[in-house]
Amino acid sequence: MPEYIAKTALEGQAPLSIAGTVLMELDHGAVTSIQPFPGQAKALAKTLKPLGLAFPGVNSFASKDAALMVWSGRDQAFLIGADCPDLAGVAAVTDQSGAWVTLSLSGPLAVDALARYVPIDLRLAAFPVGSAARTPVYHMSAVVMRVSEQGFRIMLFRSMARTGWHELEVALKTLAARAA
Amino acid sequence: MKLPCPLCGSRDRREFYYMGTEDYLTRAGEGASLDDLDNQLFLRDNPAGLTRDLWYHEQGCGAWMVVTRNTVSHAVLAAELVAGRNKGAKDAH
Amino acid sequence: MRIEGKGQIDRAKPVSFSFDGRSYQGFKGDTVASALLANGVRLMGRSFKYHRPRGVLTAGSEEPNALIEVVGPANQTPNVRATVQEIFEGLVVRSQNRWPSLRFDLLSINDLASPFLSAGFYYKTFMWPRAFWERIYEPIIRRAAGLGSLSGKHDEGHYEKAFAFCDVLVVGAGPAGLMAALTAGRAGADVILCEEDRLLGGRLPYAEGQVDGKPAADWVAAAEAELRALPNVRIMTRTTVTGAYDGGVYSALERVGLHRSPRPDLPRECFWRITAAQVVLAAGALERPIAFPMNDRPGIMLASAAQTYLHKYGVVAGKRVVLFANNDGARAVARQLIAAGVTVAAILDSRSDASAIEDCPVYLGAEVTDTKGRLGLTAISGRHMAGAFEMDCDLLLVSGGWNPMVHLTCHMNGRPRWEASIAAFVPMADAVPNLRAAGACNGAFSSLDCLTEGAQSAQSALQALGRAPTEIAVPRAEGLPYTITPLWQVEGKGRAWLDFANDVTTKDVKLSAQEGFRSVEHMKRYTTQGMAPDQGKNSNVGALAVLADATGRGIAETGITTYRPPYVPTSIAAMGAGGRGAGFAPQRFMTSDQASRDRGAPMIEAGLWYRPSYFPKPGETTWRQSCDREIAYVRGAVGVCDVSTLGKIDIQGRDAGRFLDLVYTNTFSTLPVGRVRYGLMLREDGYVLDDGTSARLAEDHYLMTTTTAAAGLVMRHLDFVHQAHCADWDVRFISVTEAWAQFAVAGPKARALINSLLDAPLEGFPFMAAGSLRLGSTNARLFRISFSGEEGYEIAVPSRYGEALFRDLVARAETMGGGPYGMEALNVLRIEKGLITHAEIHGRVTAYDIGAEKMISAKKDCIGKRGAQRDGLHGAAREQMVGLKPVTIAEITSGAHLFDTAADLTRVNSLGYTTSVGYSPMFDRHIALGFLVNGRARIGDTVRLVDRLRGVDVLCEVCDPVFFDKAGERLRA
Repeated sequence: MPEYIAKTALEGQAPLSIAGTVLMELDHGAVTSIQPFPGQAKALAKTLKPLGLAFPGVNSFASKDAALMVWSGRDQAFLIGADCPDLAGVAAVTDQSGAWVTLSLSGPLAVDALARYVPIDLRLAAFPVGSAARTPVYHMSAVVMRVSEQGFRIMLFRSMARTGWHELEVALKTLAARAA
Repeated sequence: MKLPCPLCGSRDRREFYYMGTEDYLTRAGEGASLDDLDNQLFLRDNPAGLTRDLWYHEQGCGAWMVVTRNTVSHAVLAAELVAGRNKGAKDAH
Repeated sequence: MRIEGKGQIDRAKPVSFSFDGRSYQGFKGDTVASALLANGVRLMGRSFKYHRPRGVLTAGSEEPNALIEVVGPANQTPNVRATVQEIFEGLVVRSQNRWPSLRFDLLSINDLASPFLSAGFYYKTFMWPRAFWERIYEPIIRRAAGLGSLSGKHDEGHYEKAFAFCDVLVVGAGPAGLMAALTAGRAGADVILCEEDRLLGGRLPYAEGQVDGKPAADWVAAAEAELRALPNVRIMTRTTVTGAYDGGVYSALERVGLHRSPRPDLPRECFWRITAAQVVLAAGALERPIAFPMNDRPGIMLASAAQTYLHKYGVVAGKRVVLFANNDGARAVARQLIAAGVTVAAILDSRSDASAIEDCPVYLGAEVTDTKGRLGLTAISGRHMAGAFEMDCDLLLVSGGWNPMVHLTCHMNGRPRWEASIAAFVPMADAVPNLRAAGACNGAFSSLDCLTEGAQSAQSALQALGRAPTEIAVPRAEGLPYTITPLWQVEGKGRAWLDFANDVTTKDVKLSAQEGFRSVEHMKRYTTQGMAPDQGKNSNVGALAVLADATGRGIAETGITTYRPPYVPTSIAAMGAGGRGAGFAPQRFMTSDQASRDRGAPMIEAGLWYRPSYFPKPGETTWRQSCDREIAYVRGAVGVCDVSTLGKIDIQGRDAGRFLDLVYTNTFSTLPVGRVRYGLMLREDGYVLDDGTSARLAEDHYLMTTTTAAAGLVMRHLDFVHQAHCADWDVRFISVTEAWAQFAVAGPKARALINSLLDAPLEGFPFMAAGSLRLGSTNARLFRISFSGEEGYEIAVPSRYGEALFRDLVARAETMGGGPYGMEALNVLRIEKGLITHAEIHGRVTAYDIGAEKMISAKKDCIGKRGAQRDGLHGAAREQMVGLKPVTIAEITSGAHLFDTAADLTRVNSLGYTTSVGYSPMFDRHIALGFLVNGRARIGDTVRLVDRLRGVDVLCEVCDPVFFDKAGERLRA
C-alpha cells in the first residue's frame, strides 16, 4: 500500500521580500466548507461552540488559537486550521484543504499592491482588521482577509497559485521601482 | 459602475454577471403554454426608465439578485436577493 | 531665450535630449517645448492636412501643434504633446508628419493646393470609380495625411493600473482645488487631489496680486506643505482625471515613468479607477485663440502660454512681442513681460473702450489681419482705430478669452450652459451626481472667486458626507471682474484657423453651413473640427461661434458637441495594463503539471487550464507517433490521464436528489448509493447546456461532474435554479473542482493497476460504480466510468496528493506496458466512441440532435423540458449527430461542410458540418463527428465533405457516431 506525499500549492516557494513587504505561502492546514442547512443555524452554533468560534457574519472572519473561520459567500463559511466537528444533518461540509492556496502579504506596500488588483475599498475604515471579502484579485476569484493594518491573507484557487504569486510579485516590484 | 450586493455591499460592476430581465424568474414549466414560454425566454420590454434585471455576484458571494435601475439616468435604485424574495430577504448569512 | 531668475526649473541640473537627431540642452523641469523654445527653436511640427510649419500654441496637454514622437527602447509613442513631455537625460524625440525634414517638407505642396482641399474635398473628389476606394484612394490619402507613426512592434513598456477610493476627489490643484483640498482635508475627510501638472498651484503663482498678504507662489507652497502633512490627503501629480462614470467612478491617467529614464519595473503610466463619494471639479479654464488670417505660424501662441513659459520655465519665445487680446486678463501678461525686460512692441486690444495703462504702445479697436514668416513669425499687419498698420515682431500673443473646462460635467449626458457675460459655456449644476464645479471651470475667473468657490464646494461635499465642516477663512486675493468683448474671427484675405491640429479654417465651417451641415454635430463630422488629439479644446467654442454666425443663430441655440471621455489622449496600453502575456488571463495548472513537463509534454490551453498534449518518447518525430502510441496504451494495456479539470460540484441535503431531477433531464433521485449515472442538462430554452456524470456517494450526498469548458457556467446555472426556483429546499452545493485531483486509468489492464494500489482486489465494482477507499492514510474516491470505451476508472485524491498519485500511477502503468496519455489521444479515444464534448454541444444543439431525446424523462419536469418540446427543436429537418469516415484514405478537418454528392457547393446547400476530427489507428484513417440534416436516417449514405479554407474535398460515409463496440462490452468487461 503506497503512502503519498502531500504538497501545498506552492510547495518550496521561498518568501519574497521587497521593500519591507513580505509575500509568502502559508500552509493553512485543514480547510472545511460549512454550509448550514435551512433552519439549522442554532444547531450549528452549538456544535461550533467548543471551537470558540461562531458562524461568521458577512464580510468578516474571526480566529481562536490556530483556528480561523471566514465568511466565504452566501450561506457559506470556511473553517481553517482546525478539524471540523461532526455536522451531519446540520450543515453540508466538504474538505477544501487542497483546493486553495493561502498567500500572506504584509508590510508597507501590501495595501498598495493589493489595490492594483482588488476592486474593493481597502481603506482601513472601510475594510478594518477582521474584515473578509469575496472579491476578485485581478481575474481570480479570491477570499481576502485583513489580519492587521498592513497584513492580508489572500486565498486563491490552488490551480491559480502561480499566477497569483506572479501578479503580486509584479505589483511589489512596480511599487518599489516607483519609489526608487 | 457599482452595484449594491445585498450581502457584500457596494461592489464594482466587474464582479457581477448580467443575465437579463427578471422575467426569467417566472418559469414556464411542463405543460406551460407557448405564450408563457415566450414570456419567460424571449418577449422583452425595452424600457426607457425603470428596469428590473437579474445579476449574479459571480466574483463575490454567489448571490443572484434583482437590481432596479433607471436606464435613462443610470441610477441604481435597489437590489434584492432572488432567494427568499417572496418572503423578504432573510436567513441569508 | 531664458530669463534669469525666473522659472521653476532646476538650473543646477542641465539635461540633454535629442530632437530630430540633434542634441539640445534644457534643465530638469523643462518640457520638450520649453527647452526647444529656450534654444530658439520655434518650428516643432507640420500640420495634419496642409503640412504647414507649426510651433507651440499652448503650454499644456491641449497642445494642437507641437506633436512629437517619443522614441524609447521598448516603444515608440506618436502624437505626444511636446508641451507635456518632460525632458530627461537621453530622451529621444522627433517631429512627425513631414518628409524629408521638418524644415523642408515636400508635402507642403498641399498648402499651395489649399483652395481645392477645403472641407469635404475627399468626400467629393474620391467618389468615383467605386473600385478605387480601397485599393487606390485610401492608401494614397492615408500616406499623405495622418500624424505620428507607430513602430509596428509590440509596446514592451510596463504599464500599471490601480483602484483608489476617497471621500472627496479634487480634480485640479489650482486655487479652487487647493482650497477645496485644504477644506476637506482639515475636516478629516479622505482626499485625493489629482493634478495634471508636475506642480501644484495652477495659474495662481502667475497672478499679479498677492494672496493672504504674500506672493501667490508662497501661498501655494504653504498650502502644499500643509496638505502633504495631512495623512488623510493623497496628492497625485502628473495625474489627469480623464472621465466621469456611473457610481462615482472616475478614471485618471498618471504619468509615472514618462518623464524618467526607463528602468526595469518602472511603469510608464498608471491607469486609475478612483471611486469618490464626493467630487470637487476644479479643472480650470483654457484660453482660446482668435481666428484671424494666417494665425497659425510658429511664433503665434496664446498669451497664457507665454505667461507659463515665463514664470514656470523662465523662457520667452521671442525678442519683440505683440499682444492681441479682447479681455483685461491677458493684458497682465504684457505687463509681466515688460517687467521681465522683454520688448513688448504693442498691445492690440480689439475693444475700442478698453484702458491703456501699460508702459508700451496700446492700440484699441485693433485687429490682426495678416502675418508673415515662412518658418516662423516675422511681421504682422492689421488695422486699428487710427487706420492700418504693419509691424515687425517674432512673438504674437493671442487671447480670445477663456473656456471653462466643463468636460467632466458632460460625461454623463450633462449639457453646458452658455453664459453671455463671460462669453463662455459653464457647467450645468448636478450634471454628475455628487460633483460640484468650482473656480475657473465654473466660470469664476478671479483668484478670490476661485479660492472662495473651492472652499464652498468642499464645505458642501463635507455636508453631504455628514461631516461637520470646519471654519475656513478664505484668504484675501485679487477679485477683479473679468471683462471681455467676444471676438471670434477677423475678416481678411488669408485662411483663419480654428482647429490647428486638423487644419480646419473659418472658411471650412462656413462652407459646411452653406452645404447644409448646419447642426454643430454635422459640422464637426463634415469639417473634422474637434476630432484631433486635442478633441477641440482649442477650437470647439470658436468654431461653433463661427457656425452660429454663418447660420444666423445664437451660440446658445447652436449648442456644442458632446464631450466624451477621455479628457486627454489615453494609451490603450495603460487601460489594458498588465493584460499582455501571462497577465491576459490566469493560468490554471493541474497538480500533475510538473510531472507532465518533466516528461517533455507540450502543454496546450483548455480554457484557462494547461493540459499535456502528448508525452513524446525518444525516437518519435511527430506528435502523431506519440498520440498513436498513447491510444495503443488504452486500447491494449493501460493509460493514465489527469482529468482534474472537469468541474466537480458537491451536492448535499435531503433534497439533493430532487434538485438533480430538476436540473438534469433524467432522474437521479432513484440512483442507488454507490452508483454513477450519465446526466444531460438543458438550458431553459431547450438546448443542451452540459453533460456529465453524477455519483451518489450517500443518501443525501451527490457528486456532479461537468465538462471542463462549462464548469463555471454550470455553477452559475445551479445557483440560479436553486435561488430562483427552490431556495427553501434542503440542498447545498459547492465546487470541489480544485479540492480533488482525479485521474483516468483506462484499458484492459486498468483493473490490475487499480488493484495494485489496494490491499484487496476490487470486487463487485461494476461499470458505473462509485466508492471511497483509502490509499495509505489518504482518502480516495473511485469511479468506474469511461471516456474511451475501455474498462475505465477514475481515481480521485485530495489535491495535495495529486502529484504523488499521478507519478505513481504512471510508473505502475509503465510496468504494465502502458503509460500516460494526453489530450490528443483522449480526443481520438472519445471520438471513436462517439462521446461528445463542447465541440458538439456548442449551444445550438438539442437533446434530439445528439440522439438523447429519450433522456428527457416523461415522468417529471426539468429545466428546459418545455423549451425542448417546441416545434423545430426536433425532427428530420434538424442537423443530427453522425459519424463520418472518408471513403478513401484522406485527411479531413473539423469545421468542414457537408454536401450531397450531386449538389453545388453553395451555402444554401450545406447540410451540416464536422465538429471533431481525429486520426483513428483502429480504422487507419481519419474519422469525424459532425451534424447532418436528417443524419440518423442517412447512415450508409455518402456525402461530400468540403473545407475550402484548408482545401479539403473528400467523400465520406455517414455512419453511427459510435464507431465501435456499440454494445459497450469492453467497458463492462
